Amino acid sequence: MRLLNRSAGRLSRHRRGPLAGLAVVLLGLLLTGGLYTAFSPAQAGSTKSSADQIEQGRQLFIVGCSFCHGQNGEGVLSEDGESQLGPSLVGVGAAAVDFQVGTGRMPMAQPGAQVPEKQETYDEEEIAALAAFVASLGPGPAIPDESDYTLEGLSEEERQQAIVNGGQIFLTNCTACHNFEGSGGAMPRGGYAPRIRGVEPRYVYEALLTGPQNMPNFSNGNLPPESKRNVIAYLNSLEEQPNYGGFGLGGFGPVPEGLAAWLLGIGACVGAAVWIAAHTTRSNKKKADA
Amino acid sequence: MDTTKVATSNTTTAATTKKKNRVGAVAGWADDRLGLAALGKKQLRKVFPDHWSFMLGEIALWSFVVLLLTGVFLTLWFNPSMGEVAYDGSYDQLRGIEMSEAYASSLHISFDVRGGLLMRQMHHWAAMLFVASMMVHLLRVFFTGAFRKPRELNWVIGCLLLILGTLEGFTGYSLPDDLLSGTGVRAADGFIKASPVVGTYMSFLLFGGEFPGEAIIPRLFTVHVLLIPGLLLALIAAHMLLLVYHKHTQWPGPGRTEQNVVGYPMLPVYAAKAGGFFFIVFGITAMMGALLTINPVWKYGPYDPSKVTAGSQPDWYMGWPDGALRIMPGLESEIFGYTISWNVMLPILILPIVMFIILLLLPFLDAWITGDKRDHHLLERPRNAPTRTALMVALMTMYGLFWAAGGNDIIAITLHASINQITYFMRAAVIIGPIIAFFITRRWCISLQRKDNETVLHGYETGIIMRSPEGGYSEKHLPLPESKAYALTARDRDPVPNGLPSGGTDANGVPAPEGGRLAGLRHRLRTLYYADNAQKPTPEELAEGHHHAEHEHELQTGMDGHAADGHQFDGHHLVEDEHLRDPHH
Repeated sequence: MRLLNRSAGRLSRHRRGPLAGLAVVLLGLLLTGGLYTAFSPAQAGSTKSSADQIEQGRQLFIVGCSFCHGQNGEGVLSEDGESQLGPSLVGVGAAAVDFQVGTGRMPMAQPGAQVPEKQETYDEEEIAALAAFVASLGPGPAIPDESDYTLEGLSEEERQQAIVNGGQIFLTNCTACHNFEGSGGAMPRGGYAPRIRGVEPRYVYEALLTGPQNMPNFSNGNLPPESKRNVIAYLNSLEEQPNYGGFGLGGFGPVPEGLAAWLLGIGACVGAAVWIAAHTTRSNKKKADA
Repeated sequence: MDTTKVATSNTTTAATTKKKNRVGAVAGWADDRLGLAALGKKQLRKVFPDHWSFMLGEIALWSFVVLLLTGVFLTLWFNPSMGEVAYDGSYDQLRGIEMSEAYASSLHISFDVRGGLLMRQMHHWAAMLFVASMMVHLLRVFFTGAFRKPRELNWVIGCLLLILGTLEGFTGYSLPDDLLSGTGVRAADGFIKASPVVGTYMSFLLFGGEFPGEAIIPRLFTVHVLLIPGLLLALIAAHMLLLVYHKHTQWPGPGRTEQNVVGYPMLPVYAAKAGGFFFIVFGITAMMGALLTINPVWKYGPYDPSKVTAGSQPDWYMGWPDGALRIMPGLESEIFGYTISWNVMLPILILPIVMFIILLLLPFLDAWITGDKRDHHLLERPRNAPTRTALMVALMTMYGLFWAAGGNDIIAITLHASINQITYFMRAAVIIGPIIAFFITRRWCISLQRKDNETVLHGYETGIIMRSPEGGYSEKHLPLPESKAYALTARDRDPVPNGLPSGGTDANGVPAPEGGRLAGLRHRLRTLYYADNAQKPTPEELAEGHHHAEHEHELQTGMDGHAADGHQFDGHHLVEDEHLRDPHH
């Protein structure tokens, strides 16, 4: 108490000091500026100039990507000139970078049948910088905004219709490779259509937009943005619905079902048969050898 | 003791109860009209032998009962029609979609009928178990030689049950008219069309026009709920009547002969055991139906010929022809402008039929090769028919490899392997694998036979390690209990094939009794069939072995209870009666 009183007394002693006015003004400016940056809508020039971001992206690109994609993203031909070490990135757009780097596929650890998803190497800011750099090489699809793939602002009935519509688009265009509930499927020569259940909506959208690796490109002309949104809504609805039939066995169809029938079903039935045969009628405690 | 409530006599005159009770009255009424007592007196006391492997066929029987019960439930709501309707049930993701009435009613059963999804899943799981348990039962019957005379026809009936069960499963799989089942029907249409000349006509006949038409679901429904179940019921009845007529086979053992059956009577023991087993099978099916998703039709969506899903597989019992189809190289030939699709015909139309015919003929082939025309009611251990056992293991290996090939895509993504390389591997493996399996199994069986002989002659290993005074170690063997030794040696010695094929004479100058064009082949097969089998010890070998064992035993019993610490031979007392080792060695 005494301490508080003393400090209060000290502060009040200084309040009429020569620097007091300046301190109050500086404090006020700091507070206003801080609050403004915290709550104001983001604007082009508000965080970092795009030129700075592109430059940061270029630096990162030269270190992490240029070995295969070339210093200016023009791609690198193999020595015999027949194939490409890494494809040209001119015109692939920010969406492709966000997908490939954001899911950890790029930079790839080694060439192979397909680049697997892994722990991502760059943080969000660096990915944004890389995306800005690649986008600056030529016009391409931009990173979708959240409003592109959520059902925000739709009525209950419209949402319902969007999900039903998305389901039909999914079953027509996606299940042939990704399986009926997005569990994934095999592609020729070691390739595979990855599991798409539980993938962030943004990446599903970007994959549709840019057609990574073996996947065909579903451009906005082929599959309008609304349809892409509906597919994502359908996938989300599958994840949100309960497992009506019980444990899903991985969602791979009849193969795991057959395994379960043999291992669990026949296993349990034969086990029961052994048990029944081992416990038979007897008049004393010694086991009968019948 | 108050004897007024006890039956008056248990000796020469029949026991009478004090007062007639109601159950007795009803039983008497029924017996007067149906003659049940005479029938029941014999059949209710029918004896069955006890072994777990004799209950495998029961799994099939009880899962069939579960199929009948759940199937009747499903027919109450299922609408086998391909008429188009817009779905208006409680599954949100498909509301408003145009679909067949068959699919809509499948969804209705799954989501809007109380307990409907449980019944659907139980029905499907029971179907998987039905076919699987028939196959396990078939393997037991083959491996133990239970198919031999007089049971060959029951084997044939069993094979018919297996193929009818498979067809029944396939028709049931097709009924919901979802994307997966429609893909299966489309594939079946392709298989039919692959048969030369008549393929297209057969397809048009089955589908009532071009695929898919509007007739296939109602037709499959009739086949699924009327035709095949009727045949199955009739054949199951025949199968079981023959079982009762032939009496059950039993394992050899003391007191068990080809003329008797040692076991327990139907009532009360087997009625309780089999009845209890029904509840267990029912319970396992119900657990699986309640806990494990099977065929989530709502996720597949309605069938549409333009759609397909990755992981489109048939149910497991159709998996092996599917696997053969998947690994078949793309052979085609053109005759007079018509394409013969060997790539479809061979794996799907020819291979399964050939395999089925081989399966049907196995008992007759076995009997023809061995020339065995005797009745057999005592089972053989698989090791005592090495060639037969190896043959079935080879067939199983082939089946398993074809089966695995049917899941090549799932294997590829699970093991991160290339589907192409899996396919190339399987093409070779389905031929080489069975051959390797045959030889390994055959040698394995013969080794087990030798091990049995060893045990009979020299006793079993006790696990007691004896140290000889010189420091050498040996394991103490004790003779087998007589009943075990009997069971091991109850089998027949393999016949010695005549030294010469047809036309020759044996050592005594007696000409070989059989002729015919195939006699030479038969002779060679029979020689190979029995070649290298170990025969059970002769009485002389057994006597020699026992004598040897007794002697050794005597030596060892002398040392039992006190350690052979070397003091026996330390020179402080006479050693005339003590031996360092068996002098016979």
